[in-house]
Amino acid sequence: MASYTDKAGRPIVVVTGMGMVTSLGQGKADNWAKLTAGKSGIHRITRFPVDSMKTTIAGTVDYLPESGRTAPDLSEELAQIAAEEAIGESGIGAKGDFPGPLFCAVPPIELEWPQRRILAQEAAANGPISYDDLLRAAEANGHDAWHERFLYGSIADHLADRFGTRGQPISLSTACASGNTSIQLAVEAIRRGECDAALSIATDGSVTAEALIRFSLLSALSANNEVPEAASRPFAKNRDGFIIAEGAGALVLESMEHAVARGAKILGVVEGVGEMADSFHRTRSSPDAKPVIGCMRNALADAGVEPEEIDYINAHGTSTPENDRMEFTGMSVVFGERLPSIPISSNKSMIGHTLTAAGAIEAVISLLTIQNGRIPPTINYETPDPAIPLDVVPNVARDAKVNRVMSNSFGFGGQNVCLILKGAPA
Amino acid sequence: MSDRRDVWITGIGLVSSLGEGLEAHWEALSSAPKPVADETSFAPYVVHPLSKVDFDKQIPKKGDQRQMEPWQRIGTYAAGLALASAGLAGNKDILSTTDMVVAAGGGERDQSVDGAILTDIEKQPNPDVFLTEQLQSNLRPTLFLAQLSNLLAGNISIVHGVTGSSRTFMGEESSGTDAVRIGWSRITAGTSEIALVGGAYNAERRDMLLLFALKRLAMHAPWAPVLADPKGVPTGSAGAFLVLESPEHATARGVKPIAKLSGVWSERARRAEPGAVEAVLEALVNQAKGDDSTGTAILSAASGAPEPTQAEVAVLARSGLPVRSVTDRVGHALEAQMPVALALATLAVSEGQLYAPLTGETLEKPFDGPLSRAIVTAVGHWRGEGVALVERVD
Repeated sequence: MASYTDKAGRPIVVVTGMGMVTSLGQGKADNWAKLTAGKSGIHRITRFPVDSMKTTIAGTVDYLPESGRTAPDLSEELAQIAAEEAIGESGIGAKGDFPGPLFCAVPPIELEWPQRRILAQEAAANGPISYDDLLRAAEANGHDAWHERFLYGSIADHLADRFGTRGQPISLSTACASGNTSIQLAVEAIRRGECDAALSIATDGSVTAEALIRFSLLSALSANNEVPEAASRPFAKNRDGFIIAEGAGALVLESMEHAVARGAKILGVVEGVGEMADSFHRTRSSPDAKPVIGCMRNALADAGVEPEEIDYINAHGTSTPENDRMEFTGMSVVFGERLPSIPISSNKSMIGHTLTAAGAIEAVISLLTIQNGRIPPTINYETPDPAIPLDVVPNVARDAKVNRVMSNSFGFGGQNVCLILKGAPA
Repeated sequence: MSDRRDVWITGIGLVSSLGEGLEAHWEALSSAPKPVADETSFAPYVVHPLSKVDFDKQIPKKGDQRQMEPWQRIGTYAAGLALASAGLAGNKDILSTTDMVVAAGGGERDQSVDGAILTDIEKQPNPDVFLTEQLQSNLRPTLFLAQLSNLLAGNISIVHGVTGSSRTFMGEESSGTDAVRIGWSRITAGTSEIALVGGAYNAERRDMLLLFALKRLAMHAPWAPVLADPKGVPTGSAGAFLVLESPEHATARGVKPIAKLSGVWSERARRAEPGAVEAVLEALVNQAKGDDSTGTAILSAASGAPEPTQAEVAVLARSGLPVRSVTDRVGHALEAQMPVALALATLAVSEGQLYAPLTGETLEKPFDGPLSRAIVTAVGHWRGEGVALVERVD
């Protein structure tokens, strides 16, 4: 039936369930209320000592049972909560029987300091400790469960068991664009006709002392420690870095035909996805923004829409001096003179940068924006940056009819992925 | 599925303990089927060390090399070999539309910093404060980038200019299978014309051995063939990349296929259920085998982890096909093992013959007939079952 395919003749991919967790709270309702009230989830770090740290604030999720345990434990719990909400809303399949594959974006995983310390103590070496001592202790002391826990595939594997997804799940990373990639892989699989439905999850519960220090050593983080809620300042002149944060987003994607056939409520459409890698630098984007421009244009072309048809942009907007300037440059080229009149906001002003999870969380928020006809603000926008004049929906949410959103995600390693999202068909 | 396109393999980059490039591997496999295994440097473990590689040849800037850990250098090098083999090196137009899917784990830790911290941390009044202070003063800022999974792909973009797209899959062995499968699927479906897929692994690191040692899964010396005596995983340093291409795209630029990638299947047995691995793998192998298995061999990427390898051996024995173990020859390269095995399978199919059996690997029988198809099996050491089929193009 023609109405189930898009302009390019491909199956239309719709969203029928969404879930999210951030430092602001658990679930869409709570998050949406706080996001539209301009509340910040950024706070002083209590998970580990920060006395000597340059950055002492974050958007950690501290209210869950696994908070403060290992990165994979918390990341898995965040993913599970978001996925339960999404699957519950979609009403798809049966409990523990999701009729499609899982695409799961996960943060870096490795053995952590508590485990290393236990092994070192068990080794009881007389002199300096080396990895040979840890190896000896590992062989001798039956920490079998740590093997699986610290494999990259373990989070997705456990989720596949819990939700009964089909086949081998794909664990993936495109750094800070991972969330969008998890959606992209699902969209492609449905368009290829490999499946009728897919589950996309992106999760990040990896704020450990070492993770914070690693980003800090790269000078990526904000040091606006005094007032944590006011630290993340996307597009403002006094922005000085991103705020590391945790959370998860999950989406149930289906072919429209499948969703309609089972009488599901359609929440929105993933019209297009675009990507383009950047070969300029490991952490910096090409200053001419060409890859980002190409990525946005690829997304528009994939959706078969013109820049004029975008009503709102959910920005990557990390609050680093460089990203926000580069994103502005890219948008200026793609949207031209119309740019100043397009509302653009950064959810990261409130929830910080949830890294691996960001794309999926922001896709959920983008669809909520369309559903509710209300745009969450960019908070902490007190000092506009004259070099990048934008309508960032400053500080206060705005009612507006939004039919189509572009959601941007860019990451270390030259990763760029943009989504085009649309409201449910009338 | 009649509207699906063929997928040609038009470039291969391979570096392992046996050397670099297809010719060196063919020579090593044909003449002296004996693995290069190091039983002393990482005692008690068996490790297959990377052959001597002049990284300058594919990564000319020293500055780039310094930004990478060995696993990234191995991968970036192998990717360069693959692009050169496909005649794409420096071809900006095509590289800017080439899609990339990389299978990767994470990078090496600074083991001397870790050791120094662990030596002193328990003597401190406040160990957590000591830890943060030590990390802040002793971690190299750029080490993080050399550890991040997606920065192998990032380095390939920077060094070789591949920028069509860039995706990184994690999740041990199955990430290698799925990297190839997604690249292949997009070309068969007509949404991609050319893709660079593969992965890399550095086995010569104690922090990676530690992960296996936690479940006593790393092979202890002496070395043993994995199918006959699956007593642990003999990890091996290796990098392997394949250039996959639609016949239309390859023909338009005057390029012939090395072989055809006819299928890639990825599954997940519920391993808590007895017999699950065997059943899943057998179904995949039968699918790849089809009705006519003349001139077909199986190249096994079995890890050597006892349970899944025993299950695979049962399937291989029942298949009635000639079998060769990839892991016996180059070790197990975890995320990169499927790409490595595919590279060797493609090599054998393009040569039209199978190399000689390895002494002690009783499942390996002589095979003199012409080889036209190779099935690759890639069963994860803890999860994931993958199969791929390579066929000769005449």
